[in-house]
Amino acid sequence: MRAALSDLPLTLDDVSFRAGGSAILDHVSLSIEPGAPTLIVGPNGAGKSSLLRICMGLARPTSGIVTWGGRTESRPLRRAFLFQRPVMLRRSVAANVAYGLRQAGYPYGLRRNRVRELLDRVGLLDHADRAARSLSGGEQQKLALARALARDPELLFLDEPTANLDPAATRSVEEIVLGASNSGIKVVMSSHDLGQVKRLAGEVLLLVRGGVRERAAAPVFFDSPSTPEAAAFVRGDLIL
Amino acid sequence: MTEGLSAWQLIASGDAALLAIVRLSLVVSLSAVTCAALLGLPLGASLALTRFPGRTLLIVLLNGFMGLPPVVVGLAVFLLLSRSGPLGTFGILFTPLAMIIAQALLVLPIIAALARQTIEDLWREYRDELTAMDVGPVGRIATLLWDSRFSLLTALLAGFGRAIAEVGAVMIVGGNINGFTRTMTTAIALETSKGDLPLALGLGYILIVLVLVINAGAWGLRVWSEQRANG
Repeated sequence: MRAALSDLPLTLDDVSFRAGGSAILDHVSLSIEPGAPTLIVGPNGAGKSSLLRICMGLARPTSGIVTWGGRTESRPLRRAFLFQRPVMLRRSVAANVAYGLRQAGYPYGLRRNRVRELLDRVGLLDHADRAARSLSGGEQQKLALARALARDPELLFLDEPTANLDPAATRSVEEIVLGASNSGIKVVMSSHDLGQVKRLAGEVLLLVRGGVRERAAAPVFFDSPSTPEAAAFVRGDLIL
Repeated sequence: MTEGLSAWQLIASGDAALLAIVRLSLVVSLSAVTCAALLGLPLGASLALTRFPGRTLLIVLLNGFMGLPPVVVGLAVFLLLSRSGPLGTFGILFTPLAMIIAQALLVLPIIAALARQTIEDLWREYRDELTAMDVGPVGRIATLLWDSRFSLLTALLAGFGRAIAEVGAVMIVGGNINGFTRTMTTAIALETSKGDLPLALGLGYILIVLVLVINAGAWGLRVWSEQRANG
């Protein structure tokens, strides 16, 4: 296995991100520390996806500095990302997880057992030999989670992972995410769903028009929101 | 229709000269496609994944070269391999090896251009996921080649169809020498001009059946394996 330099804390210092002539993120500074899940909320176009992509290292900020564990360059060795629409490799379910293990440098001889453990963890062990692309949307997202966990991540980013899923699939994805969080993985996840934020969040970060409008521990955010936008979100109103 | 009848008799009797011609054609074209695939698939994949000045021009050229006239490729290889040419010392002109080289050059742009298109489309879908998994350049190419294997099989077939059916290049660099470099297509051209229509027709039947069988087999394989991979 590789040397494990920690990516935490993850800090953004005065980060702006522009795309196609418009500002997506506007002078964002924040720090992500180990702990309970951080849920990023905010209206469409607030910059949630861009913020996650920059935190992952998938996108580079137009200006400002991102550091992982104090380093400005860091390959995503112990970071994993779950996209809203997971990409299924055109292989079997088991082979998708094995691919993740291989990319993470997991020893060849131990992979078979580890694949089974991970599939068992997400409830897909019975589907190991099926074609990944024949799975339902919820099963695909669970497989993507198993593949992400195969990287043995320290940080797990999730970009509205349940936006396209039914309640049953949403529940099982949430259970896996909570399990991952309880096992010490720092979860950073964007969501539209007030109920989901209440169920998962250790802290809430409200993003409005590319800026952090409010950030607080979940009980504080829900009991005494300090900005009108946060209050609207907590009431279940639309944030404009 | 007496020519047609005697053509079937020729095939049915397993005429040795005819079988040798069929065997040589298959060996030359399959070797050419194999060589072109070994070069063309990684070339197409690299072209799909990299950005550099002149890339668009290269893609336009590659696409244009899909329609290279076989006689011109034959002529170019002839000039390279002839006694006074830069590669003349190897003495391989008018051998099956020269024919393989000519057909490989003919097929290379077809395989590379189709692979480039296929892999670029798949890369659009895979890019974020592979980047998030920290997959390096070689791993990306290997993953994309493997995951587009069914579409690439079609590209290889297109190349094989082109190689087995062309006459101009193998005629020029092979010389249509009886029992040594005579292929189905050059034999058909020769026998037709000599007036031996049964042999020409018999080879024509075999050529068409071969192409149909190989395509049907590949199509079946593709359907079967896509069901396994995509459900």
